[in-house]
Amino acid sequence: MKYVDEFRDIGLVRNLSVKIRKITTGEWNLMEICGGQTHSIMRYGLEEFLPDKIRLVHGPGCPVCVTPLEIIDKAIRIAGRPDVIFTSFGDMLRVPGSERDLMSVKAGGGDVRILYSPLDALRIAEENPDRNVVFFAIGFETTAPANAMAVKEARRRGLKNFSILGSHVLVPPAMEAILSSGENRIQGFLAAGHVCTVMGYEEYIPIAEKYRVPIVVTGFEPVDILKGIYQLVVQLEEGRCGVENAYGRVVTRQGNPAARQLLSEVFEVADMKWRGIGTIPRSGFRLAAEYTGFDAEKIFDVGDIIQQESPLCIAGQVLQGLKKPADCTAFGRECRPEHPLGAPMVSSEGVCAAYYRFKVPN
Amino acid sequence: MRRIIGLKFQTKSSKPFPMNLELNCPIPISEYPVITMAHGSGGKLSHQLIEKMFRPVFSSRELDAGHDGAILSPGEGELAFTTDSFVVKPIFFPGGNIGDLAVNGTVNDLACCGARPEYLSVGMILEEGLPMKDLWKIVLSMKEAADRAGVRIVTGDTKVVDHGSGDLIFINTSGIGRVREGVRIDPSSCRPGDVVILSGFIGDHGVAIMSAREGLRFETGIESDTAPINGLVDAILDASKEISVLRDPTRGGVATTLNEISRSSGVGMVLDENSIPVRPGVRGACEVLGLDPLYIANEGKLLVILPEKETGKVLEAMRNHPLGSDATIIGRLTADHPNIVRMTTTIGSSRIIDMLTGEQLPRIC
Repeated sequence: MKYVDEFRDIGLVRNLSVKIRKITTGEWNLMEICGGQTHSIMRYGLEEFLPDKIRLVHGPGCPVCVTPLEIIDKAIRIAGRPDVIFTSFGDMLRVPGSERDLMSVKAGGGDVRILYSPLDALRIAEENPDRNVVFFAIGFETTAPANAMAVKEARRRGLKNFSILGSHVLVPPAMEAILSSGENRIQGFLAAGHVCTVMGYEEYIPIAEKYRVPIVVTGFEPVDILKGIYQLVVQLEEGRCGVENAYGRVVTRQGNPAARQLLSEVFEVADMKWRGIGTIPRSGFRLAAEYTGFDAEKIFDVGDIIQQESPLCIAGQVLQGLKKPADCTAFGRECRPEHPLGAPMVSSEGVCAAYYRFKVPN
Repeated sequence: MRRIIGLKFQTKSSKPFPMNLELNCPIPISEYPVITMAHGSGGKLSHQLIEKMFRPVFSSRELDAGHDGAILSPGEGELAFTTDSFVVKPIFFPGGNIGDLAVNGTVNDLACCGARPEYLSVGMILEEGLPMKDLWKIVLSMKEAADRAGVRIVTGDTKVVDHGSGDLIFINTSGIGRVREGVRIDPSSCRPGDVVILSGFIGDHGVAIMSAREGLRFETGIESDTAPINGLVDAILDASKEISVLRDPTRGGVATTLNEISRSSGVGMVLDENSIPVRPGVRGACEVLGLDPLYIANEGKLLVILPEKETGKVLEAMRNHPLGSDATIIGRLTADHPNIVRMTTTIGSSRIIDMLTGEQLPRIC
């Protein structure tokens, strides 16, 4: 398949592996931000192609995993209402709330539907004028434009029975939170290619300068990821800390101006809670003032729900790269994909699920 | 309170209906365009449904005898008996419908027991409002599938539930087959070094269903692989009786089926990703939806596990059969890593292939 097979080519993979081994002298802790990259690293066993001195630390870039517990609980309350059709991406249905998940709401008679695009929710709203259609709008900068488009389009069509329950998070503030933590060990970042497709990569330049850390915009196939790692290691070995783009076939410096314009029209930057990490200043989007009529939290009055994480799940430390999934006593025992205790075990992009599903035991 | 009204297919009848599958629906659609509760009442409309549609189409010696159940002559040897219920949505999809799926599914389960399928029962639960022309199409497909597989529909039952209590149509089929002499399909006979053969391209059925599913519609041109594999199994067992496992990798796909075999036989397994046949359309759909073809359902494929020395003649026999022309070796059983299925990836690394957890859901970014 074009644009896929070339980037899974065994010859190119081996070639990059040899080049990385050749230049590596120091010990480097590198973080891939995006859950899609974590998934690829595990699925293709990419650590087998790296020298022992390079340690990959898996970042917080799985949108399912970082959506806070209280948003899940709010979703569960709204989805249980008889006047609501609750629509969501599939992954969110199995994320455990404090007592149950959306799948059990569905099993209990709630009208919960899996969609592939938020625009489908508008069609459902038009077909069901007597019901309230709510879309569970979560995600990073990658999914936010489609959600913004749905809201804008709903206003254009004059839909009064459509709203979103939003939890949009942003990558750069999370990187800064990790870098400014006293426990930080990350020396280089593979930036998430799809996020940069939308946002470009100019916003990473001040981060690289401030924290003296190289950042390489990286794709998702094995060759892409190894190329990103290679460019990071070259910079680290030479003592440089620039922002480079190793995903040039998709990402430009400016990103997608139309998508960015849409985001700035529909959303505004706000403090945001991250599951397992806590509140990070200016790390998410909320609906801009003129679109708050589409905010399901306000319409259904669920602002009273506040939840704290279970202290047993170490997902927060895993998501910040401080611990690996296998460091958790519940990993593979009480916590498995069919019975997740924490969100990273739910999504295919969750680091715990990726370890559980793909990593061959020694 | 849910109303369930039912009737048996078998009713006393004078003579068989002259069969012609090209006929239009025998129920006057202008009068009854959809199934009504009266079609399950046991009265005149029920009688009409059975006498004009089910019995003449499914006609067999046993069914035509008009008893409450079929009288069968067991003969010598062991019998295999299986049952399966079909609730697929949508009921019509590229390459098939719930009717041929229901026949092929039970035929294939019997074939994988090493049996030759002989008799089927058909239980239908119809929802009030099911278009009569759709029921007619489904019934004709079942007949065609049964004829293709060489099985006879010998007994049946119909119930009608009120609107909202079903999803147009559910079908249960049960089947009886005769186990071939000298054949013992038993996963516990698997040994390290045995070879895993796959009969052809994977994921066609699941992708065909998804491409037609509400809310997830996309165009692929991929058709379901629904087919009766008993002929292919016959060809295999003609070539060798030393077969440890025959399985059709339906729900959960090849990955889940191989995990089940690995766990029940206590051996390890290593697959070679490069050797697993996946059509470009299925690969493309899976890439876009974030799914793995190894976990996607098939309805006309076969996994065979057998000692290496039998491989040559069995592969040849499979490749000479139309449903096995793309048969290929995809892996081997190992003594190390018992109960675990591993795969050598396209880039030469190794990873686990776990069982499917939950439903494979589209990823979000």
